[in-house]
Amino acid sequence: MDLAPVLDGFGVVLQPTNLLYCLIGVVVGMLVGVLPGLGPAATIAILLPITIGIEPVTAVIMLAGIFYGAQYGGTITSVLLRLPGEASSVVTVFDGFALARQGRAGTALGIAAVGSFLGGTVSIVALSFVAPLVAGFALDFGPPEYTALALLGILLVATVSSGDRLKAVIAACLGLLLATVGRDGFTGAERFTFDNLSLADGLDFVPIAMGLFGLGEILYNLEERHRAVHAPATVANVWPSRADLRQSSGAIGRGSVLGFFLGILPGGGATLASLAAYAMEKRRSKTPERFGRGAVEGVAAPESANNAAATSSFIPLLTLGIPANATMAVIYGALLIQGVSPGPQLVDQEPELFWGVVNSMYIGNILLLIMSIPLVGLFVKILRVRATILAPITVLITLIGVYTVNYDVFDIGLVVVFGALGYLMKKLGFDPGPLVLAFVLGSLLEDSLRRSLLLFDGDPTGFLTRPISGTLLVLFLVVVLLPVIRAALARRRSTDRRNTKELV
Amino acid sequence: MTSSAGGAHVPGRPGGRTAAGATPQAGPGAPPEEAAPEEFDLEEAIHQVEAEEHEGRPPAAGLLGNLVVAAAVVVLGGAAVVGSLAFDAGSARSPEAGTWPLMVSVVIVVLGLGLVATARRTTDAERFGRTSWLVLAGLATMVAFVALIPVIGFEIPAALLAFVWLRFLGHEGWRTSIVTSLALVVAFYLIFVGALSVPIPHLF
Repeated sequence: MDLAPVLDGFGVVLQPTNLLYCLIGVVVGMLVGVLPGLGPAATIAILLPITIGIEPVTAVIMLAGIFYGAQYGGTITSVLLRLPGEASSVVTVFDGFALARQGRAGTALGIAAVGSFLGGTVSIVALSFVAPLVAGFALDFGPPEYTALALLGILLVATVSSGDRLKAVIAACLGLLLATVGRDGFTGAERFTFDNLSLADGLDFVPIAMGLFGLGEILYNLEERHRAVHAPATVANVWPSRADLRQSSGAIGRGSVLGFFLGILPGGGATLASLAAYAMEKRRSKTPERFGRGAVEGVAAPESANNAAATSSFIPLLTLGIPANATMAVIYGALLIQGVSPGPQLVDQEPELFWGVVNSMYIGNILLLIMSIPLVGLFVKILRVRATILAPITVLITLIGVYTVNYDVFDIGLVVVFGALGYLMKKLGFDPGPLVLAFVLGSLLEDSLRRSLLLFDGDPTGFLTRPISGTLLVLFLVVVLLPVIRAALARRRSTDRRNTKELV
Repeated sequence: MTSSAGGAHVPGRPGGRTAAGATPQAGPGAPPEEAAPEEFDLEEAIHQVEAEEHEGRPPAAGLLGNLVVAAAVVVLGGAAVVGSLAFDAGSARSPEAGTWPLMVSVVIVVLGLGLVATARRTTDAERFGRTSWLVLAGLATMVAFVALIPVIGFEIPAALLAFVWLRFLGHEGWRTSIVTSLALVVAFYLIFVGALSVPIPHLF
């Protein structure tokens, strides 16, 4: 491996501006993880207008910081309040909160911070070796491969998203449809523009992401009765003891490796990784009955895994140009706005961007470790900020922020429309994540499909005769059919059981 | 007839546990229950945490609501099919502007029909109720904001929006609401007009 660009990457990170934005990113991420209401995807979406004026590397360093910073912050609410701030911290709740009730909240937070740091670091090192390999492999991909890859990526994200699978796939199709609005790139025909000039150039990514994730989430939260939150005043003794560290070292190691691999899979990501790591530790343990009652490993494993996965989920984005989850889709959108199209050529053509972003994660993780151990008290205090005060601030930032992109009032209208849509979707069980992901991949997918069909002279079996696109499409079919078959089997079994019950 | 016939396979979402002030109660009560069965308590426990997260949310929608949602998806897909046919649909050999939208719209219609078929087992949609008016009010403030900004600049609409959200949607006190909304507008003015010179319509 050529080391020079890697070292140059460190040079990029150590520029004061980039260091500053890395710090801003991780602090914002940590806050977002702690504060109720907005998740990382929403926050990154709302901050998109800021990134337009700055360098691409700097922008992505900050956005990435928000993403992995939120993984650290989410732990705090899981442990102290039994409220997982992020989906990826759900399993941390069991042992984390149990430890907190035994007066060992500090231990849980400390071990989680150390685990997150180690998981993140292991994952960055592995990413540095794996990503160039994947990118090299993908350099020969043609339109058919990209068609298959984009289809599979969208489907996988929709499949593992929260809520109903069918609804998630519908949301994804809606995203694909929205991507066709505007002038067709091949023929110049106007599609779904309703003779509106502002729509002729297509829908902008920024108002869609800000509306669906940002405003949609705020409106959705309006309907929630607020529970009284009792944050503890102080958390003592955050430094994990040597015995705790020894006990959880295996869990951290295994969690990091597992998290790294699950994070690479599209749709895998942090949530799946934390679940799998917890389940694995419990199965391996000689005393599984301790899990759920305050086992340190039960905090260490999922936290290492979710951070490792958050880091490695950058691999598909930076090497294939396929975002692995909703947050990555927003970062993908940010890169497109900057005029950078992520893909296999990124490592070679934009080494400063690639290695700058990757190496910034080392710095970011160190900053987060500092914030999560000595400064954790500060963040615990922030738990008291009321969501009712944050909501109007976020709304105004969104409405005025979206205006600053094109200086166009039409965009404010658009963001409100998509805010309403985002609310309705969440309310009715449609995850907006797949929509946004499909929207950013929509034009790539349509382009590659049309190019492939021209290439194959209109014969769709051409996809199957090429080894890579064929394999990917077979996988696609497996993912489509597997849940259908399993559901059918389960239904038959349950009707059988009901019949036997009735007979008895 | 509220829950479907068998009752065996319906993972009840929010409605079940609405005892007032349940949070502290659910906390201590839960772990022993979780730890009791040996093998698959992980899934159970996750369901429980998710159910608790859904506490305080409106109840799940009924069969009719789910059917309306499914029908809306079908209608939307149908409209998109009609729209796509208006362009040149082309063929596999020479894909035109309408080919791809047509394919996607047809998939939406099919999946929408799938939603109709599974409407009875759907539990993840929420019912619209009294709290939904809050959302409508919130949306109304935003629509007013968009409508007023070209006419009278952003300051007054922003202050009003913040005030409505704080006082009426967030139930903050009068004084907090007035002071915070004014302070917010001053801060936004200083940042966007003062520091960044964004050409946003403004009064002063």
